[in-house]
Amino acid sequence: MSLVINDLCVGCYACEPVCPNKAISAPVDRGRPVFFINPDKCTECLGDHDLPQCAEICPIECAIEDEYGEPLNPPGSLTGIPLHLLDLNREGECRT
Amino acid sequence: MELPVISNAAPETGGGCSSSGCGSAPDALAHLPDHIRAKVQDHPCYSEEAHHHFARMHVAVAPACNIQCHYCNRKYDCSNESRPGVVSELMTPEQAVKKTLAVAAAIPQMSVLGIAGPGDPLANPERTFETFRMLSEQAPDIKLCVSTNGLSLPDCVDELAKHNIDHVTITINCVDPEIGAQIYPWIFWNNRRIRGVEGARILIEQQQKGLGMLTSRGILVKVNSVMIPGVNDQHLKEVSKIVKAKGAFLHNVMPLIAEAEHGTYYGIMGQREPTPLELEALQDACAGDMSMMRHCRQCRADAVGLLGEDRGAEFTLDKIDEMEIDYATAMVERAKVHEQINAELEMKRQLRTAPRFQPELVTIEPAAPALRNVRIAVATKGGGVINEHFGHAHEFLVYEVGPTSARFLGHRKCTPYCMGDTSCGDGETVLGGIIRSLEGVEVLLASKIGFEPWSDLEKAGIQPNGEHAMEPIDDALRAVYDELAAAGKLDATAGSARAAA
Repeated sequence: MSLVINDLCVGCYACEPVCPNKAISAPVDRGRPVFFINPDKCTECLGDHDLPQCAEICPIECAIEDEYGEPLNPPGSLTGIPLHLLDLNREGECRT
Repeated sequence: MELPVISNAAPETGGGCSSSGCGSAPDALAHLPDHIRAKVQDHPCYSEEAHHHFARMHVAVAPACNIQCHYCNRKYDCSNESRPGVVSELMTPEQAVKKTLAVAAAIPQMSVLGIAGPGDPLANPERTFETFRMLSEQAPDIKLCVSTNGLSLPDCVDELAKHNIDHVTITINCVDPEIGAQIYPWIFWNNRRIRGVEGARILIEQQQKGLGMLTSRGILVKVNSVMIPGVNDQHLKEVSKIVKAKGAFLHNVMPLIAEAEHGTYYGIMGQREPTPLELEALQDACAGDMSMMRHCRQCRADAVGLLGEDRGAEFTLDKIDEMEIDYATAMVERAKVHEQINAELEMKRQLRTAPRFQPELVTIEPAAPALRNVRIAVATKGGGVINEHFGHAHEFLVYEVGPTSARFLGHRKCTPYCMGDTSCGDGETVLGGIIRSLEGVEVLLASKIGFEPWSDLEKAGIQPNGEHAMEPIDDALRAVYDELAAAGKLDATAGSARAAA
């Protein structure tokens, strides 16, 4: 059981300090941090918090997925932008 | 001739002088106690006068944020835009210190280092304070400042005081949670995302608490507010009163930036930006309660140089690595340059306060008809003189000039005429965009203006004028106004179509 950060991540570092298990690391590759959740350490915050902290603070919709590939913050859930307008906006596209 | 510049502290009425308006006020800060003015007089972001002479930079060390604002898109990596929250190169504290020292060596006018994002500096306390700690050791002459949304501010006040940071900017867009819910979709607070009115309520509480804690310790606080038409525009008058009562020394009401291509909520939803005249009217309405700042350029979180210019591209990490810098000599050089600028500004200040003969008061017959005020736009690269070609200008400074005085109203951004395509978007020409941005302006002063834009400007009711190239802005404004007055074009009753618009 572990959450996954996909490549929609913009590398803002918000999630790294809030992880109770220190499961998130960000090795720098060609000048850009690539965020990664260590599946051996991630507990989805069970026992520490009611809700997974990385997904609670993440500002990017669909960047954090559960083990089934479902986004914890689906399209429109953080910005409030209606789905039909999100589709028009290339930036807002989600891979899911 | 020295032109008295009306203070921005109060709007001018009917061409006369407001109480603080005539003679001695270089900008909105003139009324401040000496100890505060001394702290801000070389700070380009706080002093309208200083911003022509001193440079600043932001280092982008703070990527994380703890709230979402509807005017912000967190996919912030873009080098072609200039607005808050946008950066192209995120840095570690060590890299930031290296860059700051390199810039301060190359640009001796540099007086201020700020941390403004691209997220919230206080949501990245370790990176922010590590940068401040190293800089206060290695470049003690550089002033440090920080801007924040305020959510974590109460927890950080002790640390801010410890690093000798005497300027903090808080962005406060509202004091009413119902309005806040239309601006902030969520905040991260006590380990969870809190949405809507509840989130806005907590944010507002923290902002107000932090503001009070800072001012009670003598730390200067400027309040930034984003004017969002139909959301908080009327409400900001109340915000201005409240933050003044809590001890903020300067209020900066900025226009919303909302374009669909930025991918922000407001941009995509078609929330409109305020017009320049709406912004001026709100700033004037707030000015009765509070010192207003009008020269803000809403810069990027990694801007470098004088306000209005961005020399960031000269100081990328790659380029800094190749520079050979003698830091000790640079600091001595900086001290000399700062001393010269301050001496010059002090001389100007004293000239303004000295009693003197005012020919304009004599030449205007008491029986002469009342003269109306005129908005005059100026193209400048800095230094307080008219030294920019019309075609190269990225912005115009707009002044309101009256019979005996003038006041700075703000700047109007534009695409430079010579750098734009002949047309863009829906067929609107670049020149058309510039003319639109100059709403309400009747005269435009630049060091040089080409033949083609000249006639279009004239047709639009804006008189171009290149006769005052390299002259001090104050002198040129006065000369142009007096000329218009002598030609009988400024009788209060005979307002032009543009002035009435």
